[in-house]
Amino acid sequence: MQEETAGVPIRTVKSFMSKIPSVVTGADIVQWLMKTLGIEDTEAMHMGSLIASQGYLFPISDHILSLKDDGTFYRFQAPYFWPSHCWEPENTDYAIYLCKRTMQNKTRLELADYEAENLARLQRAFARKWEFIYMQAEAQVKIDRKKDKTERKILDSQERAFWDVYRPVPGCVNTTEMDIRKCRRLKNPHRVKKSVYGVCEEGPPSQSPIHTPALHSRKGTKEDVEKEIQFLNIQLDRHCLKMSKVAESLIGYTEQYLEYDPFIVTPDPSNPWTSDEPSYWDLEASKEPSQQRVKKWGFSLEEALKDPLGQDLFLRFLESEFSSENLRFWLAVQDLKRRPQQDVAQRAQDIWAEFLAEGAPSPINLDSHSYERTSHNLQDPGRYSYAEAQDHIYHLMKSDSYSRFLRSNVYQDLLNTRRKLSTDQGRRTSLEKFTRSMLYGKSLTGKRITGLMQSS
Amino acid sequence: MAAEKAEIEKLKKECDGLRKQIETARKAVNDGDMKGASSGVESVGRVQLKKRKDLKGHLAKIYAMHWAADSRQMVSASQDGKLLIWDTHTGNKLVAVPLKSAWVMSVAFAPSGNLVASGGLDNMCTVYNVKAASPKTLRELDAHTGYLSCSRFLSDSEILTASGDTTCCLWDLETGKQKVIFTNHIGDCMSLALSPDQNCFISGACDSLAKLWDVREGACKQTFSGHTSDINAIAFFPSSNAIITGSDDTCCKMYDLRADQEVLHYQDSGLNAGVTSLALSSSGRLIFAGYDDFNCHIWDTLKGERVGVLSGHDNRVSCTGVPEDGLGVCTGSWDSFLKLWN
Repeated sequence: MQEETAGVPIRTVKSFMSKIPSVVTGADIVQWLMKTLGIEDTEAMHMGSLIASQGYLFPISDHILSLKDDGTFYRFQAPYFWPSHCWEPENTDYAIYLCKRTMQNKTRLELADYEAENLARLQRAFARKWEFIYMQAEAQVKIDRKKDKTERKILDSQERAFWDVYRPVPGCVNTTEMDIRKCRRLKNPHRVKKSVYGVCEEGPPSQSPIHTPALHSRKGTKEDVEKEIQFLNIQLDRHCLKMSKVAESLIGYTEQYLEYDPFIVTPDPSNPWTSDEPSYWDLEASKEPSQQRVKKWGFSLEEALKDPLGQDLFLRFLESEFSSENLRFWLAVQDLKRRPQQDVAQRAQDIWAEFLAEGAPSPINLDSHSYERTSHNLQDPGRYSYAEAQDHIYHLMKSDSYSRFLRSNVYQDLLNTRRKLSTDQGRRTSLEKFTRSMLYGKSLTGKRITGLMQSS
Repeated sequence: MAAEKAEIEKLKKECDGLRKQIETARKAVNDGDMKGASSGVESVGRVQLKKRKDLKGHLAKIYAMHWAADSRQMVSASQDGKLLIWDTHTGNKLVAVPLKSAWVMSVAFAPSGNLVASGGLDNMCTVYNVKAASPKTLRELDAHTGYLSCSRFLSDSEILTASGDTTCCLWDLETGKQKVIFTNHIGDCMSLALSPDQNCFISGACDSLAKLWDVREGACKQTFSGHTSDINAIAFFPSSNAIITGSDDTCCKMYDLRADQEVLHYQDSGLNAGVTSLALSSSGRLIFAGYDDFNCHIWDTLKGERVGVLSGHDNRVSCTGVPEDGLGVCTGSWDSFLKLWN
């Protein structure tokens, strides 16, 4: 994109000063851009700044590559130094350049602090090569001396501007920086380009040319194509859910969990990061779950089991029904998955002995098919030997025990007690409310308190 | 030879035919669109978050970060050759892990909090024990032939990695060997995300495709297309039924696994920068997407509208993460700082 915008067209803005060779004012550049491209001044400034930041034009008395819409003087970069040549200058080049600058006795070529630091660093890095670098720098200086004085001035400034792009002043953003993961594909001509001017594509974006043919042409051999057909057949057989149902389910999910999302609903009593008050974390860690938390256990079996307190309550409920073996089996298998390899075989056997063997103390109800498969798996016990059995038991719990749990007294009581607690709090005396709000900081009551204090 | 060639041609035609049928099936279920359905949903309004913490300590570009399961600790990786583990509540640095190779691109925290993994241009995933007195290298997982772009622990015994060699891999940490190799992508894998139940994971790659895989079997279960450039970031919607992707083509997209197609895209004509990273709020209602334009933009997942922006970084936002308790969001940038917002 830089090639299209920079370069020749702008060059026609003529330079005029005699003493300072080949310059142009920032204002002139902006004006020219506005006239030639028919754009507004803000757009022209933006574009001009972009061009400057890439190094196509530069201020002659500054190291910072930006454009000012005033009398500041700018110069155009020599085509040799254009970024479009995809320069990736090596540190040896930079070393030669800095070295060269120290050899010439001119104040305008004196090194800035950061440049002196860089030079020192490079000298250490290239210790063995330094003689070579020094010689190169000397040769460069000799050649430069032969050039015309004005020409030299221009060239020096252009060279400096080049290095401002590739070795920017600390604090400036290096526009040449690429994500290293994408670096090796930089020269790929098929890379999708984005519009610099914010022009949006009308209609659906077209497939990048490299992707479509590549996708299909990769499968070369007969085997590959057959595999592809198999894959596609599975895809076709898959039952696709209607979009309306999908939308319904996604909306439903977010609506249900919205009150638990601290970004949407401020958590009770406060978001610790905002108020610097850890009471929210203390409450979460305590053995007394909030009503909101108990309610969440009713959303799904996953939620109940995810929360250690919920899991605990569910287990106690099942124990009261003498049907806890399913959950205990499920928990044992979860634990097995995290065991170190050396313990796995033994644990797997222990689980079999406890839950599945003939005359086991806590027999679980597994269908014959899963039973067969599991016992087969145990011939070579591994962390996932019980995967199928676990799934089966999970579904049993979900369809049977879980719904009874939600209707049970032990759950309902907890849910309602929590609710009762919050209404209790409403009836607390105003003094208690006062002290609570003082402790928990930023709240609406805080404002009222100040009002109270002022009036008294 | 000619006969075989003709057979392959016939099979290829069959492929094309099947693909057309799949497209038709997808169109058939497209009986409505997300935007229409969500028009009835209450708007979240303008989401204005404040910066709560500035984590300074890295000396070079931050490439990756990951929250610990306790929602308190967080690990970040920078090209200054260090991993830093932070206590986000106090802002203190707890552990500094020096890396053998400074070209790090990914970092992950194990759910137990005992282990941390990192990798990058060295093509290896190195796992460190950070609970020891000083961080000790536990394993060096060396088998990928391309850079390591992303890694995620399933537990202290298994880890998933995504690589520039176009494959993803499940490793056994006790033996240090590969258990399952996931091949199907034809471009560098840039990012992966594990489903909450750990039975499957999704990957995004430079071939502009997102794929769903079965962790145990190693098979690619579904493929999602639509992006026109590299997918850099990918995440599961909390219900596990949908996925969100972010790409260099400046768009984010939501695909539903059950409908097997794109449900919504998140695009703004004013946004010309590629998406580098993304994270969802705990209900899934908000998407925090980091862009090359130095900002993190916030999207309403259901309505597809931009509802906020996190500005403050001086260079591109390279990583974004929301902890499990959902209390805030962390952004990491090439400007070497991490910021916490809520």
